[in-house]
Amino acid sequence: MEGLSRRGLGRAALAAAMLPAAARAQSTAANAPAPAGEPIRIGCSMSLSGGLAGNGRPAAITHRIWAEDVNARGGLLGRPVQVVVYDDQSSGANVPGIYTKLLDVDKVDLVVSGYATAIIAPAMPVVMQRNKVFVSLLGSGVNTDFRYDRYFSISPTGGRIKETFAKGFLDVAMAMEPKPRSIALVNLDSDFHQRAAESARFLARQHGLRVVYDRAYPPSTVDFSPIIRAVQAARPDLVFVGSYPPDTAGLLRAASELRVNFPMMGGPMIGPHITAQKLQLGPILNNLVVWDVYAPEPTLQFPGMQALLERYQPIAAREGADALGHYVPPLAYAQMQVLEQAVRRVGSLDQAALAADLHAHRSDTVIGPLEFDAMGEWTEERNLYTQYQGIQGNGIEQFRRAGTQVILYPPRYRSGELRKPYTAGAA
Amino acid sequence: MDPDLALLLNGIVSGLLLGGLYAAAAAGLSVSFGMLDVVNIAHPAFMVLGAILVALLQGATGLDPLLLAALVAPGFWAMGALLYGAYHRFFERRGDEAIQGLAFFFGVMFIIEIGIVLAVGPEQHFADAAWADTTWRLGEIDLPLRMLVPAAVSLAAIGALALFLRHGFTGRAIAAVSQDREALRLLAIDPVRIKRFAFGLSLALAALAGGALAVVQPVDAASGHIFIGRVFAIVIMGGLASLGGCVLAALAFGVVENVTATFYGPSWSPAVAFGALLLVLAVRPQGLFGRAA
Amino acid sequence: MSGATLPAAAPLAAPRRMGHGAFWLASALAALALVAALRALGSEYAYFAATFVLQYVVLATAWNILGGYAGYVNFGAAAFFAAGAYTTVAVGKAFGLPLLPCIAAAALVGGALGLGTGVLTLRLRGAYFAIATLCLSVVLQTLVVNWDFVGGSRGAYVVRPREVPWPFDSYGGFLCAVMVGLAAGAVAIARTVEKSRLGLGLAALRDDEAAAEAAGVPTLRLKLVATTISGAMMAVAGAPLPYLGSYIEPNSAFGLAYGVNAIAMPLIGGTSSWAGPLVGAVLLASLQQAATVTISSAANLLIVGVVLVVFVCAAPHGIVGLFRGQR
Repeated sequence: MEGLSRRGLGRAALAAAMLPAAARAQSTAANAPAPAGEPIRIGCSMSLSGGLAGNGRPAAITHRIWAEDVNARGGLLGRPVQVVVYDDQSSGANVPGIYTKLLDVDKVDLVVSGYATAIIAPAMPVVMQRNKVFVSLLGSGVNTDFRYDRYFSISPTGGRIKETFAKGFLDVAMAMEPKPRSIALVNLDSDFHQRAAESARFLARQHGLRVVYDRAYPPSTVDFSPIIRAVQAARPDLVFVGSYPPDTAGLLRAASELRVNFPMMGGPMIGPHITAQKLQLGPILNNLVVWDVYAPEPTLQFPGMQALLERYQPIAAREGADALGHYVPPLAYAQMQVLEQAVRRVGSLDQAALAADLHAHRSDTVIGPLEFDAMGEWTEERNLYTQYQGIQGNGIEQFRRAGTQVILYPPRYRSGELRKPYTAGAA
Repeated sequence: MDPDLALLLNGIVSGLLLGGLYAAAAAGLSVSFGMLDVVNIAHPAFMVLGAILVALLQGATGLDPLLLAALVAPGFWAMGALLYGAYHRFFERRGDEAIQGLAFFFGVMFIIEIGIVLAVGPEQHFADAAWADTTWRLGEIDLPLRMLVPAAVSLAAIGALALFLRHGFTGRAIAAVSQDREALRLLAIDPVRIKRFAFGLSLALAALAGGALAVVQPVDAASGHIFIGRVFAIVIMGGLASLGGCVLAALAFGVVENVTATFYGPSWSPAVAFGALLLVLAVRPQGLFGRAA
Repeated sequence: MSGATLPAAAPLAAPRRMGHGAFWLASALAALALVAALRALGSEYAYFAATFVLQYVVLATAWNILGGYAGYVNFGAAAFFAAGAYTTVAVGKAFGLPLLPCIAAAALVGGALGLGTGVLTLRLRGAYFAIATLCLSVVLQTLVVNWDFVGGSRGAYVVRPREVPWPFDSYGGFLCAVMVGLAAGAVAIARTVEKSRLGLGLAALRDDEAAAEAAGVPTLRLKLVATTISGAMMAVAGAPLPYLGSYIEPNSAFGLAYGVNAIAMPLIGGTSSWAGPLVGAVLLASLQQAATVTISSAANLLIVGVVLVVFVCAAPHGIVGLFRGQR
């Protein structure tokens, strides 16, 4: 037990983890000047265990890949970079302690957030007290109460969630023939899904759709067939669902067992974003319209994206993390790129200058160019609505190919046409 | 058929199927908590452990998940016997099983949960059965095999256990130990040995329930939490030592949950179910189906 | 961390036959010394770590009044803790009040909740009571999730005020001092209860409830008093939580960790006296906080489970019991 309380242990383990990475980086980029001097240390809290770890661990792997990439290219300001990460166990209660430790004891140079609102928000008072720039990962509306001018959000929803989040879903739906007249709303009782449902409700009213079912379900739900059956009984043309992975599987399997037939169904059903669930559900996903952040379509290929996935997938296979890495890794990489480019442009670690720079300039990332508004949200939201098409069986290869998950919205990235109806895999 | 009536009937039927799963989860606890007076709060954690083992084995071998659950059950039986040995040695013999014993199982639950995360990661696991994609239909009523088969297998196993408790020699000794431990000694039966056997049985049932759970939904290390309240509620409502009462309570619990979810929205179903239990405890602590104390 | 463990030794070393007034004075002095020591350290992290540890001191001490003195195991500590935290959110939002009045309100709410639980479950003994408190936790969480005024499942933001109360150098320091005060108060209350007629009655009830009743101990009234005090103190422990993280949502406020720790800490320290929960909480919470920022993996939660199991098996009377045994 005495070994456990030694403070240096975590740092030692971290250094050990960085070693082979640094060695590999040097062999691949022999021509870049090797970074020298004190490393630039970037601190963050990440959910490596607990309920959020399914997405937290891919994010941590991606941060590591980014650090290797930067060091291979000669580092940042000529210095190597190093990511210092502590596990928050998916509990917000641990987060203030972790950031206080990072900033006061470890004296890291920069901080970024962990994954999800519940982890980002508790870090805010600590970060704000030290006036640090804070780039966050997939939080929704965190800054509306804090109004912190050094907060920057990597979340495709942008700042006007109510007006824009469900717009893609309804725009695609309203272009259908015959025109839909009614909609059912089902969502998990959680922060993100409440906001999503609010947007769908708001926009449905604008389109003159009748809301025939509108209910939230609690996270402890085991059997989803009563929900699907009640939705069926309401006979909606559109079904907008917000759910997280365990419930998404439950809802879709119930839909398949109850032989649903809706002209269009989908929404922010977080679930098939995780590779294991793509494989489990297979053909049940066909014609489901899912909100997403990335799909391997030709219209979404920005520089560095393919290279990132090729680096990520072998590591993920070794560490048992999400196999494809289509959901969080692109965003987590962009999170670090945004910070990296600001540091390069400013040429120092001055926090005020970094914040001013990020407000003023566009950053180019693996998920495309990004600009931030005054609240640190994206000036241009990028909610993708994608549709799974032509899935056969449960193999993984089809999900790497273009054409399996086509993009329907926004028009600038569109790569396919809507197929209907949604029948949960029935031929 | 009138749509509302069809909705109600389907709510009841799906509630009964869900109740079958709850019965599987609660039956083992009815043995340990009801008959042996061992408050095994880690029971749902053992169920999740079983579910994840079954899911992993199914991925490796491709065998039927419920068959695999039956195959791992003897392992759980042995684990239960060992665990009871420790429990008896440290708590029952010392006579302070009340608080310390509860805390012991609380700790065990924690260890299992974290152990799963450390061993197989926090991701969700599921078991796929060939029959799980089929749905039988009787008129307007749907019977998805994904729910029906686990429920039927669980109820059959509970039925077999009930027969064993009534007619087998060891079974009757188990029933007797819950009534009067000293009387057994007079018959030259070691109550500790009987209890060890019975506690093993309760964990074997947890493994079987785990197999059923892995078919019904994806499972991760923390999936047991939502069952803790439910299974204890069911066992208490069922009147503790009565397997029949436990099954009835489980079915009632499933029906209340699903009918509430169908007609009043799913967000209130846990509060309705647990509110019912609080009322039962306040008004009739011996349970709905228990014998009057 | 070291700042938090050192002064805890001061009340421990106090002479055994001390009057109530003297003990309260000693706790106040220990609290002042602790605040001064932390102020001298001047590190925000020390403030945070101390606040974290001390919130568990309050929670564990509160749990022990019912669980340790009366022998009624409350699995729903998280529910009371969260009730306190959400009182702060609700009262702060409705009346714009700062933290200190919110703590008083939390005590009222927690006390009422404790009394209600007591009335509803007073016929239940042993494991039944434990299960009922578990159910209470589920019902309360469902209510909070469906209550939009405090944010429902979205969670609520409680932004720290910009001006820091005199004479503190930061809001973290102020929170920490408040927590020190609450912890000292909790320990003093626990000690007063323990050494009073109430404590004797509870002990009789714990040993044999039927016999105690036959001997004329008003068991029902004692139980209600104990559930009320214990509930109020657990809610007080949770009241500063929203200010600690500035954000609170039902899943973390009702988190399993609070329930587990509230039980594990007194059991590890020893349930029969006020010193037990104090020692257990300081030890276990410091260990957890240290592990979070060093080992930093799920393994650090494993420590709690293993330590708990080892202690209840090997040292049923806790650390305090070990010392008593040697004398």
